Amino acid sequence: MAQIDHQAELSRAGANVEGRLGALLFFCRRYPLGAVGGVIVLLFVLAAVFAEYIAPHDPLTTNSALSLNQPDAQNLLGNDKMGRDMFSRIVHGARISLAVGLGSTLLGGLIGVVIGLMSGYLLGWFDLITQRIIDIMQALPLLVMALVMAAALGPSLENTIIAISIPLVPQVARVIRANTLSLREMPFVEAARAGGISESWIAVRHVLPNTLAPLIVLATAQLGSAILTEAALSFLGLGIPEPHPSWGRMLSESASEHVRTAPWLVIFPGIAISLAVFGTNLLGDALRDLLDPRQRS
Amino acid sequence: MGTYLVKRFLLMLLTLFGMSVIIFCLLRLVPGNIVDILFDSAGFVDPAAKKEIEAELGLDRPIVVQYWHWISSLMQGDFGYSYVTEKPTMDELLPRLPITAKLAVLALGFSVLFGLPLGVISAVKQDTGLDYALRVVSLSGLSLPSFWLALLILIAFVHYFGTIPLYTRETEGFWHELWLYSVPAAAVGFRSSALIMRLTRSSMLEVLRQDYVRTARAKGASENAINYRHALKNAVLPVTTIIGIEAAFLIGGLIVTETVFNIPGVARFLVEAIQWRDYPIVQNLVMFIAIVVVVVNFIVDLLYAVLDPRIKYAD
Repeated sequence: MAQIDHQAELSRAGANVEGRLGALLFFCRRYPLGAVGGVIVLLFVLAAVFAEYIAPHDPLTTNSALSLNQPDAQNLLGNDKMGRDMFSRIVHGARISLAVGLGSTLLGGLIGVVIGLMSGYLLGWFDLITQRIIDIMQALPLLVMALVMAAALGPSLENTIIAISIPLVPQVARVIRANTLSLREMPFVEAARAGGISESWIAVRHVLPNTLAPLIVLATAQLGSAILTEAALSFLGLGIPEPHPSWGRMLSESASEHVRTAPWLVIFPGIAISLAVFGTNLLGDALRDLLDPRQRS
Repeated sequence: MGTYLVKRFLLMLLTLFGMSVIIFCLLRLVPGNIVDILFDSAGFVDPAAKKEIEAELGLDRPIVVQYWHWISSLMQGDFGYSYVTEKPTMDELLPRLPITAKLAVLALGFSVLFGLPLGVISAVKQDTGLDYALRVVSLSGLSLPSFWLALLILIAFVHYFGTIPLYTRETEGFWHELWLYSVPAAAVGFRSSALIMRLTRSSMLEVLRQDYVRTARAKGASENAINYRHALKNAVLPVTTIIGIEAAFLIGGLIVTETVFNIPGVARFLVEAIQWRDYPIVQNLVMFIAIVVVVVNFIVDLLYAVLDPRIKYAD
């Protein structure tokens, strides 16, 4: 009969964790892949915030003498057709991609939370109509909707954020609504009601914080989708305009002509996109395992 | 079952109707239509000529009237005329449809062919090295931008064969066509196969935890029998619904892949039409995509009802 090491089992489940640092270390030990994802995302965030200090050159200055230059000591990742330093462009591109990704995810999340909460709470005709609209919007693929919106609004940074955030709203609203519906019947909500607290206060202070766990999981997944969609929009010419360095647009600029002569133009921006999304996916998977084990994959 | 079918069908029609309104309004969100673009490129603005063209195209009437005109024409089979080429929209869309359809079917086939077995293997050999490797591969498959993958495949193709694959000439027979379309289909299908692999894995794991599997094992059934006769049949059910959802996602991947490989399909045409503000084409095409997605989901729902006898639709 094997001996059960109770202390080890308890520690593994996270029993004796002290403080925020302890919680962080617990997360890293329990979900190593998630920790890797977190580190990757952190690196990209740092690159985005401190782009001016990390990038050796200005991403916008052109220099025709260095056009299609191979990677060397001065320009770590080579130069593009107009002689701009690729490394600096990729580092600054992190700022753009993260701004668009985070911006659209947060905007979509905010709108979705409001709609979902109202839908789950008010029910009635508001709920019916929003549910129909959500069903309709979910039928269309994300890229198609973002494409139509981006084309309607015109290429700019703000418009791209809006164009990507709107298609993200239905998923968030659905999740929040489902959670609201189940939570509003729970004993602690009934107790609050019996205590005389107004429904809207209950909605915001009691129900909403308990819906955050699946929302965080959804948000990290949507962040990855948002970054990919921005890259696709910019690749098709409908996303971030000149002169902002966007990874997606860097790929379209280089694609057809220099495929054979300058492969670094194609490889490195793509690696940047893939790595960033990979990091968010790893982090999202680990968060989901942590917060909602029923959804394990 | 009958009432369920009718209800779902009516719901489908309602959804499509709502979609047509949304699409119509989205396109006209911002002031500026094809007439403005034409004049922009010409370099001058002649108000009189502008009004004339707008009246001709019906762009000066109130938006509700324009919408009604579109929908009623659609009902009668009149699909409008392209703003750019002035040919009927069907003339533009119909030749391009089979190409995209072939690509889509091939891509879906690839994704199921690779995703399903790998997902099962990953679940059966859970927590082994093979499982981790497959999980990392599937996760990276979801992280790659599909147009980047398409670009890399194109580069590899050029490297090994010396030319880019051409999709405009007539093909020399079935096998050549299959091989030619497999290249972009693999690029599009990779992401879907990663998704299907992950879902099959989780669904399979869920099923393997069930009591009836434990019973089968206790009865002495071999691992193979358990995995393939008992578990797999049940695990596949949620995956079929996902295949329906994937149909929608596949279209997004097709848009960029057709652009990269320069395939004259309907998805690439959508981008061109959007850039030109060619409203009739964009509206009808997006409606068509919406119809395809909704119909595929409907069929998948029916399939699910057929495959899973536990689902009862009696009112």
